[in-house]
Amino acid sequence: MPNEVKAFKPKIVAFCCNWCSYAGADLAGTNRLNYPADVKIIRVPCSCRVNPMFILRAFQRGADGVILCGCHPGDCHYTTGNYYARRRMTLLFSMLDYLGIEKERTRVEWVSAAEGAKFAATMNDFVETVTRLGENKRLEDLRCKE
Amino acid sequence: MSDRLKEQVLRTSGVNVLKCMRCGKCSATCPSYDEMEYHPHQFVYMVEKGEIEKLMASPSIYKCLSCFACIERCPRDVEPAKLVEAIRLMVIRQQGQNHLKPGQIPEMLDEELPQQAIVTAFRKYAK
Amino acid sequence: MQRIGVFVCWCGSNIAGTVDVKAVSEALSHEPGVVYSINYQYMCSEAGQNLVKDAIRDYNLTGVVICSCSPRMHENTFRKAAASAGLNPYMVEIANIREQCSWIHKDMPTATEKAIILGRAAIAKVHLNAPLMAGESPVIKRALVIGGGIAGIQTALDIADAGFEVDIVEKEPTIGGKMTQLDKTFPTLDCAACILTPKMVDCAQHEKINIFSFSEVEKVKGFVGNFHVTIKKKARFVDETKCTGCGECTAKCPVKGVPNEFNLGMDNRRAIYIPFAQAVPKVATIDPNYCNMLKNGKCGLCAKVCGAGAIDYKQQDQFVEREYGAIVVATGFNPIKLDQFDEFGYSQSKDVITSLEFERLTNAAGPTSGTLLRPSDGKHPHTIVFVQCVGSRDTSGCGKTYCSRICCMYTAKHAMLTREKYPDTDVYVFYIDVRSPGKNYDEFYRRAVEQYGVHYIKGMVGKVAPRADGKLMVQASDLIAGEQLHIEADLVVLATAIEPDKTARPLATMLTASMDTNDFFTEAHAKLRPVESPTAGIFLSGACQGPKDIPDTVSQAGAAAAKVIGLLAKDKLTTNPCVAESNELMCNGCSSCEKVCPYGAITYLDKEFRMPDRTTMVRRVASVNPAVCQGCGACTVACPSGAMDLKGFSNSQIMAEVDAICQMK
Repeated sequence: MPNEVKAFKPKIVAFCCNWCSYAGADLAGTNRLNYPADVKIIRVPCSCRVNPMFILRAFQRGADGVILCGCHPGDCHYTTGNYYARRRMTLLFSMLDYLGIEKERTRVEWVSAAEGAKFAATMNDFVETVTRLGENKRLEDLRCKE
Repeated sequence: MSDRLKEQVLRTSGVNVLKCMRCGKCSATCPSYDEMEYHPHQFVYMVEKGEIEKLMASPSIYKCLSCFACIERCPRDVEPAKLVEAIRLMVIRQQGQNHLKPGQIPEMLDEELPQQAIVTAFRKYAK
Repeated sequence: MQRIGVFVCWCGSNIAGTVDVKAVSEALSHEPGVVYSINYQYMCSEAGQNLVKDAIRDYNLTGVVICSCSPRMHENTFRKAAASAGLNPYMVEIANIREQCSWIHKDMPTATEKAIILGRAAIAKVHLNAPLMAGESPVIKRALVIGGGIAGIQTALDIADAGFEVDIVEKEPTIGGKMTQLDKTFPTLDCAACILTPKMVDCAQHEKINIFSFSEVEKVKGFVGNFHVTIKKKARFVDETKCTGCGECTAKCPVKGVPNEFNLGMDNRRAIYIPFAQAVPKVATIDPNYCNMLKNGKCGLCAKVCGAGAIDYKQQDQFVEREYGAIVVATGFNPIKLDQFDEFGYSQSKDVITSLEFERLTNAAGPTSGTLLRPSDGKHPHTIVFVQCVGSRDTSGCGKTYCSRICCMYTAKHAMLTREKYPDTDVYVFYIDVRSPGKNYDEFYRRAVEQYGVHYIKGMVGKVAPRADGKLMVQASDLIAGEQLHIEADLVVLATAIEPDKTARPLATMLTASMDTNDFFTEAHAKLRPVESPTAGIFLSGACQGPKDIPDTVSQAGAAAAKVIGLLAKDKLTTNPCVAESNELMCNGCSSCEKVCPYGAITYLDKEFRMPDRTTMVRRVASVNPAVCQGCGACTVACPSGAMDLKGFSNSQIMAEVDAICQMK
């Protein structure tokens, strides 16, 4: 079929806490649980390290979806970090929604170091959701314009 | 049927029966314990099991004084008296008519009757 | 520009099976700054590590990217290899192309493409890496134990026996804590004093232990290995160094009607007192609220009779400053107040007592010399009702939501001992559940029922009403028989819930140690680090962490001591270099970062800055203590001016990774 359109492959950035979900992702690997290669993981010491700037930057650079994974509430390695992350992301995501980046393109998930299967399932679901939405409108960095 | 009844009791009363830890302090504190067929702690447990019809058929629901001692003393905030009241209400609603109308009250008043009894009776028998 | 070496690992066929490793090393060799790129079967092997070391030397590498398994696996291995070749270990970054690429993808072109992108992200990050130095801080080889109950005593003795100095700070005039007030201890029925007082004496005599009695912690500064603590020695108006504890003063003091807190107010003491005969230190203390001399200057009898000349009415609070490497919290518990439980009639009748009061009533050194008598009329009680879970497991807001854990067992003990000493008494225990999971505990409880004939009734007491004739009318439910019981009792004993000591909350604030909603100290990990606080250098011993009986307290005290010894045995602590850092030029001193820091690692300094017009200006700026910071990065996001950044995970590094990942085509 020569005229087949190349299937849409979303660009997805996943920020993972070093203590739980990054280890959960490793566990998904150890158990050979497949999820799409569109997900690229960035390791951070804690979900609270994720500055909203990073997510805005990802959307500026053409990401189609951003997911933040942290420890379950109450289990943060640094006691309270994931609560800060949760609050910040709630605000950020509703602002992004307002700007035209659908709520489905951003997500916060709690994945522990033992939840390899949950990690894979989450990523599969997220990639599917974002793929369905199609390519994202790119946020423009006005500083880069003439 | 009994699931629907249970659902209705829980919704009308606003009680979460799963909070009960089966200490029996409600029955220990109940002043009309000896009058009742089913006792306050049994109300909580039977609602949990969904045996609402048995409770609806029991005279116990009219023996409860609505003094709320069980609610006051319950260490888990379960509020058994509200269950009794909800079941009583269900029986009344099923019969489709009120036993008592506010207009009837003045002629029935008795000087000896304590104020609280009037209020509870009204709560019990009027919709 | 960095000179970067890229090393792609095959991991046998684990990576090479689904990732075209040659294509990866080829593609990455064209990335900016990459001067060397190679792939090899097993990078983590001796030979693989040598490849890295040689390349660092031969190509003068300033940064290394290893595309291999998870950094959680071999990051340290490669950091060490780099360090041995003279490269700063924090110039190494790992691209995880095994767990997060080759193992989860089946299609070779897809997996290879992803591996290249992950490699690019790691290269982009290394470009912005800076050499980091793990700092060192010295360890002061002395421990502070706050609280001198059985928990504090055991911890102090264990640390001191390992050869380290220990200070115990106890707020009461004597160490010993709650255990001194107990009569016998379950499940073996040893007499509490017989097993505790030798330990108290050991503490006093140990050359490494220093007791600050009648003292409180006033201020704590510093961090793990290096705490500066101010201890307030409250004025006791008696010179500790001179007092011999002879008791002449306490016998002569004319103020006799002071409620004796050691016997929970069931008898009286004098205004000058020694709490009990075996007190350590055995030193008298004057109660300024009752002493006539201190109140209006009229008496001075104790000073006259004191042969040692120890009385000093002018004594003031003293402040001592000491330095410690580790701090152990052992602040213990108290029974709750019963104001919210009027149904049990505690405030209406003297014959409704708490279990701790019952301990004093059966203790040979107690107000009744160990004979069980009703507090109201001094008569022997014939029917005793014990009520369990008074204020425990209570979610109504009147009591505590948790199980106090010790009540089931001590109530079984009380019931058993009562039946043993006075077989003519009827003993009823009302229980919701009997919780006896310790070693020999259930056997103990069953003995109370089977051998001693205690009536255990499943149900709760609803009301205790004192009658005019002195009897207590107990109305209760018997859930198994399905009855409401009415018992005429002579004595009602309430198994009162326990709560952390009131001093714990302000102490936690001083120590920046976290607490739960019940004011119990939280442990660093509920299963794996049960005696450490999340705050480095703070350890937990005994009931300050959660309700505990004596066997559990002693084992936890020993465990806390072992952790302290492990810390004090080190000469220096290496600190994690990936910590937050504030840029003083950008910081506006707003305190946002300080508020989110869970460790109290951020302080503020007034710093002088030189302005462009050659004047100087003093500004308040944040300063991170690298020994306390754990590197979570909460502050970096909270900072509104972007002054706070995290070393090793800086804003620019993560942005570079985001860019590298999103610029794929």
